[in-house]
Amino acid sequence: MNVVVLSKFVPNPEGVPEMGDDFLLKREGVEGSLDPGDEFGVEAGLQLADTTGGEVTVVSMGPEAGATQAIRKALSMGAAKGVMISDPQLKGSDALVTAKVLAAAVQRAGFDVVIAGVESTDGYTGTLPMTLAELLGVPALTFAKHIENRDGTIVIQRQTETGYDVVEAPAPVVITVTAGANSPRYPTLKGIMQAKQKPVDQVTVSDLGLAEADTQPTQTVEAVNAAPEKAAGEVIEDDGNAASRIADLLAEAKVI
Amino acid sequence: MAKIWIYADVTGGKVNSGALELLTKARSIDGAEVAAVALGPGATDAAATLGEHGAATVYASDDAVYDDHLAQPAAHALKQLVDEHQPNLILFGLTYPSRDVAGRLQALTGSTLMSNASDLPSTDTAQTQIFGATKIVDVKLGGPDPKLVIFRPKSFPAEPSGGSANVVAVNAEIGDDLKKAKRTERHEEEATGPKLEDAAVVVSGGRGLQDASNFKLIEELAAAIGKAATGATRAIVDSGWVPYSYQVGQTGKTVKPSVYIAVGISGATQHLVGMKESKRIIAINKDPEAPIFKIADLGVVGDALKILPQLTEEVKKRKG
Ligand SMILES: Cc1cc2nc3c(=O)[nH]c(=O)nc-3n(C[C@H](O)[C@H](O)[C@H](O)COP(=O)(O)OP(=O)(O)OC[C@H]3O[C@@H](n4cnc5c(N)ncnc54)[C@H](O)[C@@H]3O)c2cc1C
Ligand SMILES: Nc1ncnc2c1ncn2[C@@H]1O[C@H](COP(=O)(O)O)[C@@H](O)[C@H]1O
Repeated sequence: MNVVVLSKFVPNPEGVPEMGDDFLLKREGVEGSLDPGDEFGVEAGLQLADTTGGEVTVVSMGPEAGATQAIRKALSMGAAKGVMISDPQLKGSDALVTAKVLAAAVQRAGFDVVIAGVESTDGYTGTLPMTLAELLGVPALTFAKHIENRDGTIVIQRQTETGYDVVEAPAPVVITVTAGANSPRYPTLKGIMQAKQKPVDQVTVSDLGLAEADTQPTQTVEAVNAAPEKAAGEVIEDDGNAASRIADLLAEAKVI
Repeated sequence: MAKIWIYADVTGGKVNSGALELLTKARSIDGAEVAAVALGPGATDAAATLGEHGAATVYASDDAVYDDHLAQPAAHALKQLVDEHQPNLILFGLTYPSRDVAGRLQALTGSTLMSNASDLPSTDTAQTQIFGATKIVDVKLGGPDPKLVIFRPKSFPAEPSGGSANVVAVNAEIGDDLKKAKRTERHEEEATGPKLEDAAVVVSGGRGLQDASNFKLIEELAAAIGKAATGATRAIVDSGWVPYSYQVGQTGKTVKPSVYIAVGISGATQHLVGMKESKRIIAINKDPEAPIFKIADLGVVGDALKILPQLTEEVKKRKG
């Protein structure tokens, strides 16, 4: 099975995010990495490809430096090749534009299975893979915490609010994987060396056959305001009385 | 006059409470014509509740195809309804099935889709909170109608209006090509005690509990308080200490209890967005610099493993 894994570069999740004057999250010239959520996708893709004798293509859209870093990481984990979509026209893309661009790139690469994260760490829109599936005209198995291939039918355990469901669909299919679905492998030194030789196809919007109208975002930020701050409470050291102080508050709230 | 629709998730025959919150908001908008769409077994029964919360019309179908085959049939049925009735705005709750349907519908209508919204100042502007809910962003929704917006749970209170809905049966064409994905099994975790989203008190634990076996200290405190639910951070869910259904935060549940007790939780922004609207917040953490203290009404700097058993005893004593 040939698997396309979507991989996004995100600014350092531990760091303080920065916003530019245009109200967009700064994505250029910032420290960052392959989205930690997408590492689960890469791992799931490698496992599927390994057991079925296919290969993994990693696709990333974003500013060149970051997208390159995200793709490199996936290649060093074992993906066979990369597709990087970097185009100044795509700055400030919203979910629909991103989905159209990724759908065109995925179609161009060819796929049996497309794997994405459940949501990105920086944008957490969490709907892109479903929009992509509809654009590709294929079913989607979303929120997977376990993935299995049974003769070309993908069977997953789908996370629910109260447990999980077992759902299945024949390939071609889009899958989203939850964090914790597997243990992403660490790149080996050999993997890191090999990654430098692996092919990465660089494409632009026009290479994908998209028109300018396809890349017009439909959302604009009008204002950013500070949320009302909560008045600071009291912080005490536990000197043996903490339990009693907490119980006082519970009594005041009339819950005991 | 704005036509506002609410997509009501009826998985398992029950209406998602988010739909009732969104109906309450929608009916408060001047001149809004409010309708709901409910698809799947139980939809027609759900129409009464939807009507009570402000839906003048409910487009409903009890067909199991919407449950058995996941989002594709529902997205296409919704698209057919959109073409016929031309709503201006469709509001969704942030549930897995709704996210699936909204994402697909966006591809079919080519309209804008905004996620994680927290308020709706006008019919073409939505708000979202970023950076751990320290900033509020106003987003103008452009492009063709219907605009699609997904709201975080508990963005609005759910209040009945006493109305009743006119139920319109949905008879959408669903071809076999939309039935490729199917659900074959359901597994429900055994639930004990009150639901996390509805409990008056939530006691949550984080990595500061040191070990999975110490989560029982959280459970014992919750049991002593009574009407309390137990929650967790993603850190301990990912480590397998407790199931995902316990997770509070951006990618878990949103809670607004009267009292939230955060034990051994650092206060990462992704956790805070799920609980910062709680009425009173109590935090126990051994690090005085932990960010959780910035939003706590009462912060205790100390060892959770020591304080928890003392607190459980104290609560039992006071309750007599
Ligand atoms: C996209 C994304 C989504 C996320 N979604 C969520 C989400 O929905 N919910 C969520 O919770 N997290 C979420 N996270 C993870 C989040 O960023 C944090 O990593 C997580 O909340 C930290 O959990 P924690 O507080 O248990 O652990 P830590 O951050 O490790 O904190 C442990 C705390 O325990 C204290 N401690 C240690 N020992 C003791 C002791 N003996 N007594 C008292 N205190 C002690 C420490 O001082 C520390 O403050 C998300 C992250 C990402 C990137
Ligand atoms: N620019 C991008 N390049 C590659 N993959 C992406 C991009 N944006 C989103 N994705 C994928 O879609 C998933 C969900 O993203 P989102 O809907 O933006 O939260 C992510 O986890 C990625 O796998």
